[in-house]
Amino acid sequence: MFSLAGLTRDMLMSRYEFDYGPRSIILITNLPFPTLMFKKFSPSTDIAGQTPVKSSVQRAIRSAVLSQWKIEPETLEAIWPKKEGLVHVKCREHVSIFTVHGEPLIIQHFDGPYYPTLRLLHKYPYILPKVGVDRGAIRFLLAGAPMMCPGLTSKGGYLPPPDAALPAGASVAIYAEGKEHAIGIGLLKMGSEEMRKINRDMGVEVATYLGDDLWALKAL
Amino acid sequence: MPSKKNQTPAAPAPAAEQSEGPPPPDPVPPVQLLYCSVCSFPPEYCEFGSSLTRCKEWLKENHPDLFDKYYSDDALTSKVGTLSLEAQAKLEEDTAKKEAKAVAKADAALKKKLASQVTIKRIERNKRKHVTSIHGLEAFGVDLKKAAKQFSSKFATGSSVTKNLQGHDEIVVQGDVSDEILEMIEAGAGVLKGIPVDNVEVVEEKKKKGGD
Ligand SMILES: [Zn+2]
Repeated sequence: MFSLAGLTRDMLMSRYEFDYGPRSIILITNLPFPTLMFKKFSPSTDIAGQTPVKSSVQRAIRSAVLSQWKIEPETLEAIWPKKEGLVHVKCREHVSIFTVHGEPLIIQHFDGPYYPTLRLLHKYPYILPKVGVDRGAIRFLLAGAPMMCPGLTSKGGYLPPPDAALPAGASVAIYAEGKEHAIGIGLLKMGSEEMRKINRDMGVEVATYLGDDLWALKAL
Repeated sequence: MPSKKNQTPAAPAPAAEQSEGPPPPDPVPPVQLLYCSVCSFPPEYCEFGSSLTRCKEWLKENHPDLFDKYYSDDALTSKVGTLSLEAQAKLEEDTAKKEAKAVAKADAALKKKLASQVTIKRIERNKRKHVTSIHGLEAFGVDLKKAAKQFSSKFATGSSVTKNLQGHDEIVVQGDVSDEILEMIEAGAGVLKGIPVDNVEVVEEKKKKGGD
């Protein structure tokens, strides 16, 4: 166990358990989330600078990631070895990309949850809980639109069963009807049960998706 | 002899290891995922891109098994899933439109690239001091920040990306280095690769006489 003093505010606020149980989301949901952090993103104009992350901060990020993603410490170690430096790529509008050897692995907005990049999620698809959109929603998602509830609650969509319900503010992998691999990564705007009940308005805000400008960046 | 006794009965090796504590768990190996070399998507998503025809050709040639998986008649009917036939037809129509648009756009981009000019301008700041501005490199896919860095380290002078009066980005290098930059473009040095010299012009801007 780590001491409380070692926890950053964001770890305290965004920490949630392995079973995706409820967590404190006050901060996160009140943030002006930049819809489409990477719909339009050009490294030459949108990156303010790159700095190596201090080792104390790296430790904090590592434990936050371990608590937010369903990932084994040894697998995270294989992806991001402790002896390798994490590099913080600061982007406009408080978007951060964290890279190892230039490869973008983790993204974050303000001090919100840490998201894996979509390429990383493709390699380790089990690290985030899943939601799914129906086939009709795919082209909207690929155009950078947020996902509305009906696309998730319809027959072609997918939401976890009530006993594994997800709270608002959970980061999720977005899958698509009939497709094997994730199409995007997003943040639930309302809980999965709430979506079933209300069934209108925005259900998932999309942080990054297949074919956005972050997807095109294999190395920074 | 207790040690021999211990060895003779079939003492299973794993049990011995376990007594020393469990070995550290291995990391979960990553999923090996194939991406389309045409549109960069996982091949199952090529149908939503803007280059489906070329994607299909590539997949058929390089991964015939996957091609069958995604484009056989069965696959085509089952993938429609819960989408109505109308919506599916609309989707296919959109894809074809998108593809035609992408081809037209690529053609236009190529034409534009061939027609675009790089201007190296020698600007007189006062009698003996000059700056050199380079405009139009971005049309050839040059990262301006990187190019500016390359200039400043090559000439050991200041070099930066700025907006000119028209609001276009250009690189401004301190000192008169127009000939050297032209040579660098000819040689395709560093990030200045692939710029046809015919598209580069060197001009001079004299300082306007102030008072008269
Ligand atoms: Zn493709």
